[in-house]
Amino acid sequence: MKLSESAGSETTGSSQNGVVASDTVLATFDLDVRYGAVVALEGVSVHVGKGEMVALIGPNGAGKSTLLNTLSGIKRPAGGRIVLNGKLAHVPEGRQVFPELTVEDNLRLGAYRGGSRDPGPMYELFPQLQRLRYRPAGGLSGGEQQMVAICRALMANPDVLTVDELSQGLAPLVVSDIARHLVELNRQNGTAVLLVEQNAQLALNITSRAYVLENGRIGMEGRSSDLISDPAVRAAYLGGVR
Amino acid sequence: MTAFVEYLLTGVSRGLVFALLAMGFVFIYRVTRVVNFAQGAFAVFGGFITYSLLRAGMPQGISELLAVIAVALIGLVFGIITIVGEIPLLASLVITIGLSILSEAIGMLIWGTTPITYSGLAGHDFVIFGAFIQRQYLIIGIASLAVFVGLVYVFGRTYFGKAMSACASNPYAATLSGINVKRMGFIAFMLGGALGGLAGVLITPLSPITYNADVSLAITGFAAAIVGGLASPGLAVVGGLVFGIVEQFVAGYWSPSNETAVALALLVVLLLWQSRWVRLGGLE
Repeated sequence: MKLSESAGSETTGSSQNGVVASDTVLATFDLDVRYGAVVALEGVSVHVGKGEMVALIGPNGAGKSTLLNTLSGIKRPAGGRIVLNGKLAHVPEGRQVFPELTVEDNLRLGAYRGGSRDPGPMYELFPQLQRLRYRPAGGLSGGEQQMVAICRALMANPDVLTVDELSQGLAPLVVSDIARHLVELNRQNGTAVLLVEQNAQLALNITSRAYVLENGRIGMEGRSSDLISDPAVRAAYLGGVR
Repeated sequence: MTAFVEYLLTGVSRGLVFALLAMGFVFIYRVTRVVNFAQGAFAVFGGFITYSLLRAGMPQGISELLAVIAVALIGLVFGIITIVGEIPLLASLVITIGLSILSEAIGMLIWGTTPITYSGLAGHDFVIFGAFIQRQYLIIGIASLAVFVGLVYVFGRTYFGKAMSACASNPYAATLSGINVKRMGFIAFMLGGALGGLAGVLITPLSPITYNADVSLAITGFAAAIVGGLASPGLAVVGGLVFGIVEQFVAGYWSPSNETAVALALLVVLLLWQSRWVRLGGLE
């Protein structure tokens, strides 16, 4: 399956463009996004390889969520190009479950675009959802809702999963448990992950590469293990963290 | 006792018609956040179209079915006019008021200003506890119960129904899952049209309708829908029944001229009462 989205005047698909490596599942080229006159993203180029885990860190308001919303098609870019080789599913900020619907219905709706509606594999991934399957998702704890949100996105059988603020409002133990599952999923199924995270320490620990987004531009990029020891990154995003 | 039974049964029956109108409000509101002021017009069109089809010599059942389908399509057209593109919510509300006025004008042009009616499905009236009950009341009961069961099944059991509920629950997440929320809105308007049309088809044999009957029908339907904060189809049915029964008791034991006033007073009381515990979803 090959999907190509274009914005601005360019309409070139990935197949016609040598810039996109064959093992790339998701890439943007000079992406510009605006809200009215306000520039949210400017010249943003990122890429995620097949089966790769990539972090996107940066301060509040840098445009991280905007980038993910643009990738998932909610927000239209003003310029630049997005190339998607496969399917993308988005886990939105604040989890955004369907509170009145049961856990199982939440999961089944994740397959709305097609594919199997059987939530069985999700219960294998997060066994604790199995006994909650007939409960309204709105009554679940924050961590459980995050699992529902992740599984609902996985029901679309994506090649790349974009996750917006995995840790937001969750207890550290819950976060590390969910993060471990995400890594496991990535290793076993080869699902690529683009993780937006306020908690830079966590994000850099579980990913192999990372981008730092500042004021709508990519400020730094590199291997997560390099960035985690980079003095500038440490000062700006890991301050106070050992 | 005889009068009591008569008022109760006719009240329940008329209440079911109000419930159909109320559910139209609810389904449209849940998916689109639009309070459709043209909901009463759907009922008027339902009665008018059935009347014309009967006059053209069509069989009763076919005429009534075709009228419901036709009004569903009118609902779809109204929905497209109301929410297509990037129309702000407030503008959509005003558009439905405009559509209601337009409907009155169209109704007057085609069907005139004299009240119209037709007899319901043929058959004998029946007697319960000494009370004469027109057969049409029984038909209303059967038809609306069938619709309620159908809706419970669709929204409780089917994937499509769940997807529609998802749009009501969280439109943003529904969009992310690939559900076309706008299209669901159009379908909700179609459903609202069908429910309103059916209400009109069922009530016209009991109370003749005129081109401008839509306002009082819409007010009663809205009042019933507000019982559940415009969000709950089940509570809308409860609201419809309450209004139907109260209306009949007021008309029977007191005076028919007071029934609208009492219904409106009840609406005000309900609004004050439920504002303490139900928030209008999405309008906080």
